[in-house]
Amino acid sequence: MAETHTMDIKRIRADFPVLDVEVKPGVKLVYLDSGATSQKPVQVIERMNQYYRAENANIHRGVHKLAEQATEDYEGARGKVAKFINAAKAKEIVFTRNATEAVNLVAFTWGRANLQAGDVVVLTEMEHHANLVPWQMLAAERGIRLEFIPVTEEGVLDMSALPGLMELKPKLVSFTAMSNVLGTITPIAEIVKAAHAAGALAMVDGAQSVPHLPTDVRALDIDFLVFSSHKMLGPTGLGVLYGKEALLEAMPPFMGGGDMIKRVKLREFSTAGVPHKFEAGTPAIAEVIGLGAAVDYLNEIGMEAIAAHDRELTAYALERLEEVPGVWIFGPGIEHKSSNASFTLKGAHPHDVAEILNRHGVATRAGHHCAMPVHEKFSVPATTRASFYLYNTKEEIDTLVEALYQVKEIFK
Amino acid sequence: MDDLYRELIIDRYQNPRFSGTLDPHTHSYEDDNPVCGDHIRIDLRVDDKDIVTEAKFTGEGCSISQASADLLMEKITGMPVAEVRALAKQDILDLLGIELGPVRLKCALLSLKVLKGGVYGLDEVMSLDELAES
Repeated sequence: MAETHTMDIKRIRADFPVLDVEVKPGVKLVYLDSGATSQKPVQVIERMNQYYRAENANIHRGVHKLAEQATEDYEGARGKVAKFINAAKAKEIVFTRNATEAVNLVAFTWGRANLQAGDVVVLTEMEHHANLVPWQMLAAERGIRLEFIPVTEEGVLDMSALPGLMELKPKLVSFTAMSNVLGTITPIAEIVKAAHAAGALAMVDGAQSVPHLPTDVRALDIDFLVFSSHKMLGPTGLGVLYGKEALLEAMPPFMGGGDMIKRVKLREFSTAGVPHKFEAGTPAIAEVIGLGAAVDYLNEIGMEAIAAHDRELTAYALERLEEVPGVWIFGPGIEHKSSNASFTLKGAHPHDVAEILNRHGVATRAGHHCAMPVHEKFSVPATTRASFYLYNTKEEIDTLVEALYQVKEIFK
Repeated sequence: MDDLYRELIIDRYQNPRFSGTLDPHTHSYEDDNPVCGDHIRIDLRVDDKDIVTEAKFTGEGCSISQASADLLMEKITGMPVAEVRALAKQDILDLLGIELGPVRLKCALLSLKVLKGGVYGLDEVMSLDELAES
């Protein structure tokens, strides 16, 4: 395994110009905040520059050379994204503004068409606000009922609660594939299977998992998957909704405007087919093409290799952090997690920890990471999160740990 | 290391002099910094001459938010309400004795926001953004 998945980290790091930045003279950036957003390789940056320098045109309409080229590249990127998650067809990929908008799209269109007062939607206690608040809004508006798969003390989903929840005959089970706070990898196949057996659809929040683990929507039989371009080496301003074709076809449109129509009269319109039905207005063309380049980059390295690398780094980080007296790590052990380590340090608030780490060039994130309920569960208002990706090294984790001892020195 | 974590701030964070609640109190209010989840509650006793006779705070947050709250309670103890109303951003920075970037400035101003917004029931409660620019 280690043989086949060996990555040339030095070569990879050379592709990410930002990693050469000094946060202050003589202090190199140690970027451990990829869970918030990943850095971008020069291949993605240059591809988007190339579009703006030499290819810029609007898509789907023009018959001139550049418009045709832009349309081909935009739709080509859709095909790359589809293949990346093993979707059956490119038209099952809808581009949105971000993963949050993708969840909102499903809640707004599928939710309003299919959910009535009293209908049950099952979520988990470790959701990002993006997969929580849209359903709370629908609950307030429609009177749907929200139920939650509990999180255990260890920080994994309490799967023993699943059969009872499925007896409520939910219409939808929507859950994260990887917690952005605990790093927990959830048993997707098992939950999807239970959801389908109960007659529910299964939606997966892949914002954290898709960048880090191989994803196969057909093998897992996922109905909806949402994820985010900017966490997987692509640009910001772009999210992805995968939906099974028949589901997307049956859903009412999201926003109205150009591109999403077949025909418009003064008082009525008919909608375009999928995916265009859900892409009103000029989309993020450069960003979509950039995401296509990001997918090419990830494929070239290989998602298996990236997953193995992230896991090895996470295991090393957990091991090193555990050595530091006063550090409390949240979430399960390495057998159930990857890609991040959220922790507190006794006597120092996470904000102060992150600020002092920053003086050593170490970029982490402090706060509730848009997942307040899971923090409440573990009775802490905030944590410091170090998150890892394909360009990180064990030496950087050593720098993190050395800097933590400096924090301890200040707050002794 | 610059002086953000100077001795005064660490000392006030670790050993606050004015932490606690007041029962009875004449005023009590609490609020959060939604960005980071820091939380502060302030209890006051104001006498019939409109002088703050006692001030206490409880809260959860970083060293900057907690130390500034402690220093602020010390400053307003014995102060006429009219003067308390006139306190502004610069007074907090003077108490801390440091310069702060835009993010940490809001940590520092949370206690002032609670004091101004709630305790005195000012008609126009300033947001942290407005306070930071005041």
